[in-house]
Amino acid sequence: MATTATFTRPRRKALFRAQDATTESWAVRGLLIGTAVLFLGIFLFLPLAVVFTAAFAKGVSLYLASLREPDALAAIRLTLLTAAIAVPLNLVFGVAAAWSIGKFEFLGKSLLITLIDLPFSVSPVVAGLIYVLCFGLQGLLGPWLAAHNIKIIFAVPGIVLATIFVTFPFVAREMIPLFQAQGNEEEEAALTLGASGWQTLFRVTLPNAKWGLLYGVILCNARAMGEFGAVSVVSGHIRGLTNTVPLHIEILYNEYHFTAAFAVASLLTLLALLTLFLKSFVEWKSRQPGAPEEAAGGREGAA
Amino acid sequence: MTIRFKRRSILPGFGLSLGFTLFYLSLIVLIPLSAVFVKTFSLTWHQFWHIVTARRALASYRLSFGASAIAALINLVFGLNVAWVLVRYKFPGKRLLDSLVDLPFALPTAVAGIALTTIYAPNGWIGHSLDKVGIKGAYSPLGVVIALTFTGLPFVVRTVQPVLEDLDKEMEEAAASLGAGRWQVVTRVLWPSILPAAVTGGTLAFARAVGEYGSVVFISGNMPMRTEITPLLIITKLQQYDYTGATAIAVVMLVAAFVLLLTINLLQVWSGHRGKMRASLESRALPGSPSPAWARE
Repeated sequence: MATTATFTRPRRKALFRAQDATTESWAVRGLLIGTAVLFLGIFLFLPLAVVFTAAFAKGVSLYLASLREPDALAAIRLTLLTAAIAVPLNLVFGVAAAWSIGKFEFLGKSLLITLIDLPFSVSPVVAGLIYVLCFGLQGLLGPWLAAHNIKIIFAVPGIVLATIFVTFPFVAREMIPLFQAQGNEEEEAALTLGASGWQTLFRVTLPNAKWGLLYGVILCNARAMGEFGAVSVVSGHIRGLTNTVPLHIEILYNEYHFTAAFAVASLLTLLALLTLFLKSFVEWKSRQPGAPEEAAGGREGAA
Repeated sequence: MTIRFKRRSILPGFGLSLGFTLFYLSLIVLIPLSAVFVKTFSLTWHQFWHIVTARRALASYRLSFGASAIAALINLVFGLNVAWVLVRYKFPGKRLLDSLVDLPFALPTAVAGIALTTIYAPNGWIGHSLDKVGIKGAYSPLGVVIALTFTGLPFVVRTVQPVLEDLDKEMEEAAASLGAGRWQVVTRVLWPSILPAAVTGGTLAFARAVGEYGSVVFISGNMPMRTEITPLLIITKLQQYDYTGATAIAVVMLVAAFVLLLTINLLQVWSGHRGKMRASLESRALPGSPSPAWARE
């Protein structure tokens, strides 16, 4: 007779003793998951919950009224205007930087990359300060600007400049590794087929990099709309004129209009959640088969 | 052999793209940044030293750097926990939590600031319980630490995650087959691989926390000498038109930022660029964290 294998029921996994040395016991696992979830719950979920709870604390009509208030609308308009200027400019810069750094080899490349990263190391308040030092009344260009009646600091141009500084590297940092990882073969092939440089850029390079581009633009936009410290320094805090949405939130909060402050804040929070969602979407898309070189999520070599 | 500036290539557009890049970079970043140093050179060394070592300035450094250090340590410990749990275990809601880890990057600092203050104020959800025990949540250095912990939360997690993901299960199995217990495997096999990434993440969190303004300024209470952070001191001096004083303190912050940048670069050399930084909202956009592809040239 063929021997039948004897089946012994697997032992119930010991509560504290690990079953083997490549995994933890149930109790340890539960403890670790529990602390992680508790930590994230306190630090991430609670702020989200409090924003929406406080925004709707006095009902939906008051929520909508806070958003329709003239100063709030002006702040929203200014924030949208600032993002509409800063993001495309940084996008063009990002593509130019990525083309020169990603597709060519030259001396001083690492230095250039480090310089492009500088705005990240700088505190937002210092970022605003440097523009005040350049364009403020006592600044380097102050007298010249005053003579020509041009207001940069404490006016919209200053806010736009400070926002451009703070969001400067976002698109470039996404695109550079992407262009580098994709190599030059496709572009060279396009050139041998008679395409001009611009045609190559728009019809070969950029479509290959579209997810990284989208990702960079999303990040750049989120930061541009939410920037507080740098804009706080250069803005004149003039209600209805030089207040972006974050500054408007600050004013409302400091005047104890908590519901209104959180109502406006809920807009930015929704934008943040949308950004997180788009980020996951772009990462998922770039992992799809058929997009092997697109490493927008940065998991492949382009990271 | 002549030294070429640029390797030969048939691709067009180098001059135009590099030229525009340098032009834009100088206009937006380099020239304004140099204004800080130009302004400071108008001071003598004694004057400069006198401003940056004033008692109020020193108190602000103690708070800014001290609270940032404590927050970075908290994030180190709990960030490791979160990264481990997200990589190694499956549980309901894991994907949601994973995406949510990036919230401190996405959420505007002002919104984070007012939300945290509301939670930890004496009548807030958690502040209420803290108050009963006699602990001040908001309007105290503890509040500053809490806000900075929020700000730096994703750094350690996102730096350690790819390292954990790339770890070979075979190493653990080999150690187990050689007779190691689980604790030995964790401390002798896994920890040395994770340590460089963890330290890098902690330093990144520290660097970010030092310069943080928006999340902290609501919860701190802003009392000079006690709960005033350095960026706020700069703004206060600006509002009093003390541009020289503000610039001097800004120089201190810039020097600290550059030192941290250097440290982070060295840490990444130490960790051998093992494991790519997991994509997160600022993963390749963190101070001094070039992605491996760049750094290898």
